[in-house]
Order: sequence, then structure tokens, then C-alpha cells
Amino acid sequence: MKYLTEYRSPEVVEGLLKEINHTVTQPWTIMEVCGGQTHSLVKNGLIDMLPEKLSMVHGPGCPVCVTPQSLIDKAVWLAEKKGAILCSFGDMIRVPGYGKSLLEAKAAGADVRILYSPLEAVNIAKNNPDREVVFFAVGFETTAPANALSVLHAERQGLSNYSILTSHVLVPPAIEAIVNDPGNVVKGFLAAGHVCTIMGIHEYEPLVEKYKLPIVVTGFEPVDLLHGILMLVKQLEAGVYKLENQYSRVVEADGNPSARATIDKVFDIVDREWRGIAVIPKSGYVLKDAYAKYDANVKFDIPEAIRIEENECMAGEILRGKMKPFECKHFGKKCTPLHPLGAPMVSSEGACAAYYHFSNVLETSKEVAV
Amino acid sequence: MENNLMDKDIPASNFSLSCPMPKFDFDTINLGHGSGGILTQRLLNSGVFDVLKNDLLDDRHDGAVFEMPGKIAFSTDSYVVTPLFFPGGNIGDLAVNGTVNDLAMCGAVPKYLSLSFILEEGLAMEKFWEILQTIRKACDAAGVQVVTGDTKVVERGKGDQMFINTSGVGTVHALAKLGWKSLQADDYILINAPVAAHGIAIMSLRSGLEFETTIVSDSFPLHDTVKGLLDQFGEDIHFLRDATRGGLASVLNEIALDAKTGVDLRQRDIPLDEQVHGACEMLGLDPLYVANEGVFIAIVNKSIAATAVKYLQDNGWPFAAAIGNLTEEHKGKVILKSSIGGRRVVNMLPGEQLPRIC
Repeated sequence: MKYLTEYRSPEVVEGLLKEINHTVTQPWTIMEVCGGQTHSLVKNGLIDMLPEKLSMVHGPGCPVCVTPQSLIDKAVWLAEKKGAILCSFGDMIRVPGYGKSLLEAKAAGADVRILYSPLEAVNIAKNNPDREVVFFAVGFETTAPANALSVLHAERQGLSNYSILTSHVLVPPAIEAIVNDPGNVVKGFLAAGHVCTIMGIHEYEPLVEKYKLPIVVTGFEPVDLLHGILMLVKQLEAGVYKLENQYSRVVEADGNPSARATIDKVFDIVDREWRGIAVIPKSGYVLKDAYAKYDANVKFDIPEAIRIEENECMAGEILRGKMKPFECKHFGKKCTPLHPLGAPMVSSEGACAAYYHFSNVLETSKEVAV
Repeated sequence: MENNLMDKDIPASNFSLSCPMPKFDFDTINLGHGSGGILTQRLLNSGVFDVLKNDLLDDRHDGAVFEMPGKIAFSTDSYVVTPLFFPGGNIGDLAVNGTVNDLAMCGAVPKYLSLSFILEEGLAMEKFWEILQTIRKACDAAGVQVVTGDTKVVERGKGDQMFINTSGVGTVHALAKLGWKSLQADDYILINAPVAAHGIAIMSLRSGLEFETTIVSDSFPLHDTVKGLLDQFGEDIHFLRDATRGGLASVLNEIALDAKTGVDLRQRDIPLDEQVHGACEMLGLDPLYVANEGVFIAIVNKSIAATAVKYLQDNGWPFAAAIGNLTEEHKGKVILKSSIGGRRVVNMLPGEQLPRIC
């Protein structure tokens, strides 16, 4: 497949692996930020092909994993509201809140629909004028423009029965939180390519300077990932820090200005709770006051979720790269995709699910370099 | 077709495949069509019996009585596909080919089918008619006959337009010695055709996911191919299984678990149509788990693997390939060697494959 097979070429992969092996002389721990990258690494068996001294830890870039349980409870409450249609991306529906999951609500009779695009939800609202349609707008900067656009479309069409339950999170503040964590072991980051497709790369420059931190914006195919890793370890071994763009065939330095303008028009930046991590300052989007009537949180009087103490899930440790999925005592035993203790085992981008699905007998525990 | 109440005076017209739909009094199925009364009789006489006409069915008894030679294979399956019509077919050919293929995987040549409809009140008569005709065409293509059946109607909202159950019997090939016990430690795994087309064709029509594609379902009767393989290679064919629900990955996992063997797969050898591959990439689905309706795997003696692949390629399956082998290592696990040389476990799916966020 054009633009795909060449980035999965065994010959190129072999060459890059050789060069990485040749470059790495001391132990390094690096983090791939995006769950899509984690899955590609594990699914293609790359983790086991990297040198022993190089330890990959898996970052918080899984929107499903970092969406607070209280918000899922809100989505379930909306789904169960009489006459409502709750639309969601597929990944979200299996994750339980403090109460049930959207999948369980659907089984019990709620009208929960899996969509690929929020614009489809606007169409559903248009075709069902007597029903409230809510889109569960989760994701990083990547999905924000489409969600913002759905609000603008609803406004243009004069729809009063469309709203979004937003839980957008932002990558740079999360990287900063990880770097500032007292026990941080991560020495360099592979930034998430598709987020940068929207946002560009400039917002990472302050992080590179402030924390003397090598960051390489990286794609998702095996060749992309190995190329990004090679660029990162070259910096680390040379003792330099800079921002580089491995994914330049997709990511422009300025990102996508019209998508960014759409985001800026509709969203404000706010402090946001990240499941298993903390409230991170200025790390999320909320609808501006001018669009408050499309904000499900404002439109409906949703009861606050009853918070239950976090269970035995080590999601916080996993998402900050302090623990590998297979190091968790519950991994594959008490916690499986069928009976998950937490979101990383459920989501298709979750690190625990990646290891469970693709490498549960192959992974050998490598030391995390400190 | 519980026809003991049948009014024999209502004449059955001569059926041809170009027949326009007969007049059924109603444009849609209603509860009366399942009551056993006059509406049922009209539906059966002018519809089902007429379209599916054959000597055994024409006996119009509660069941069919016939003789079968040799060892018999018997199988049943229910069909609940949404939507009823999809690129490359409809629920009708699925219901015939599905059971035909289950029998074929037993090494049998299918002969007779039963056919049960559960219809939802409100189903358009035109749809019913079209599906009936498709069933007849599929039966003719597969060389099988529907010899007994049943029609029930449920209230609106209690079914999804139409469910079909078919059961079938066939005579097992004299040289067939198929099953777990025939497997050998170093057997090769062959596949006849590219994976994932059926599931993607269906998904292209699902609400919220619509996309334009020329991908069509691969629904196809496999028994002629199986018969050919058994004629040629006899006991060297050790195991057959069609990779329907859950796709290739699920079938291989079942084999690994049930036969307590390891399975090694080579990603680069698994045939995959480029358009199907593209759709899977776009939707975030793994083609190994996507359903097929005309794909089967044959686990065969290593010594005949290359010849058997050649046989398949020369007999209508140009993309047939050897995709892996059994192994005494990692028993109970399917391990895929990725195209770039890495290795990963291919597990059972914990539920439905869900589309990703980004």
C-alpha cells in the first residue's frame, strides 16, 4: 500500500535496528507519548528487537485511559436520560466509570451509538429533532478540530438538540507533569505525530529549553518509530537536546492553521483532571461561554458522580512510565480485557491491553534505566 | 413450512428465476403470515414452495424422508446479519453457503438443507421475495436442496427484520480423515483466499461508518474445493475450518487451544486485498479478526503443502498460500511473525472489535 508498505519494509527496519544498536552505549529510558505508538511497537514485535540497554516506557497518550471515571459516569447518566442518544467513539464504550460502562448502559436499553465522526452525530441530531443528542468528545488535540467543527455545524443549522460532553486533554502539559514528577526516569520523548499534525511543533520548544529535554516528533509505522528512536538516542548519546521532526511527511512545523483556528474559536484552555495522574494545570479544552449551550455539562443538570477510592489498578504508575504493564501483580491475572481493573487494559490504545493482546508470553522484563 | 394445514387447492405456479413477485395481498409481512392460516398458506404456496421447488419439498410433509449413502455429516447455523443486503450478497446466500461450508469442513458433500425463517412483522414482502430467490440461486450453485423448513413471524421490535436458521446433511468423502487427532506436530497451514472482505463489506454499510468501497462479501460455497483437495490428497489433509466469525485469528486460537499445539503464522504470507487492508487501517481494525464467508484453512501434511497450494491456485483460488505451521513450542498460543520480523501473540478477542478514537 502506497505510503504504508515502505514504512513497514523489513530491510529498512533491519538497517535502523543495526544503527540503533551501534549508537546505544549506555542505558536510556525513553517514552513514546501516544498509545498508537505503543501499540505499533508491541504489535510489530519491535520492543523485543531493541537493544537491552534501551527501555521504552509507555506514555499517557491514550485518551480513553486518562478520561476520569466521573466523566464516564456523566456520559452514562446522559445515555440513560429519557429520549437521549449518546454518541461516542468506539473505544470509550467498554470502559467502566465508578458505576457501569456505556456498553452496559446500551445492553440495558440506552441508545448508545458508536461513530467515527462527530459530524455524524450532528446529522443524527438533525434527523431526530425531538431527541437530545450528545457526543462524548474525548481525545487529544487530534480530535479537537472535528469536535469543534461539530459545534459550529450544529450552530449553523440552528440545532438546539445537539451538545458535547467534552474531556479534551493536551499533550505538552502532560509531558511537563511527567518531567516534573519526583521519580521521573524518562530522559527523552517521542512526541505524538498526529497531535503535531494539528498543533505543529513549536509548542514543544519551551519544554526542550526549560528541561534540556530531547524531543522527537514521531510517526506510527515501524520505520517511523525506529527512526524516531534513533534520532532520540543520537541526541542522548551526544549529550545534546533539541526538537526534531521525524514525521515531516505529515507534520508541518506550523501544524494545520485552519484546524487550530477552529479549536481557538470554540474552546478555552482549562485545568483538567487526568485519570490516575492528577489535575494538570492548563491541560484541557472546554467550550467557550459563547458556545455554552452546546456544552452538555452546562445544558443538563448532571449529578456529580459518587467517587469511589481508586481500586487496585496501577494506571497512574503505568501512564507516567514508572511501571511496565507486566510488572503489575494483577496483569493477566486479576486484570484482563474481559475483567479490567482499569482503563489501560480496556482501550485499544492502552499500554496494558497492548501487552495483553500482543506479547503476554514474549515480553521479558527489562530493567528500567534510571 | 409446517404444511399440515396446507390448502392443497391453492395452485403453485411454475417458478422461474425471472419470475416477478406474485401478489401476496400485503406489501409487508404481518403476524397473520405466521398464524398457520390462509395468509401462511398463500405465503408458502406462492412464495417459499414455488421458489424452492423440488421433489422432496413437494411432498409437503412435516419433515423430509430420504436415503443417504455412507457416513453422514450434520450441521446447523443461524444467520442474524445486519443489514440484510450488503455488497456481494444478502442473508439468503449466507444462510445457504454458511451451512454448506460447515458441512464441507467436515469433509462432506452437502446434499439437503432445512430452512427456518423468523420474520419480523413489517418486513417488506419485496425483500422477502428477493432473499428467497437468492436462496434458490445459492442452492443451485451449491448443488443442494431445501427439503424441509418453517416460517414464524414475531411482533415488530422483537426481531431484526429476518433471522434464518439452516441445517444440513451431506455424505462424508471416503478419503476424509479430518479432526484434531489427525494433526501432526509440523503440519502446514494453508489458506484459500484473502481475508477480511466479508466483514469490511458489511461494515461499510453500518450506520455511522458508511464509506464508499467496491469491496464485496466473499460468501462462496467451498465444498467443491474441499472435495477436490480430498480427491487429490486424501488423508494428508488433516483438518479443515472456515474462518467465519472472529476471523482467522479466532479460528487458529481455537485450534491451538483444542489441539494443545502451538501455531506459528507469517504475516507477510497472509493474503489481504489492498482495498480491504486500507479500510482496516482507516477503521483501526485488525484484518485477522474480521469475519469471512468464503475463506477456509486447511492443515495438511508438510510433504504435500506446496502441491496443495498449487492445486488451490489452479482451481479458482489464485491467492491461496501457506501461511504458517503447527509447532510443539508455545502450546496453546498463536504467534505471528510480523512482516518486519518481530513476533507477537495473536490472542482471542475479548469482545467485539471496537473502532479507535484516533
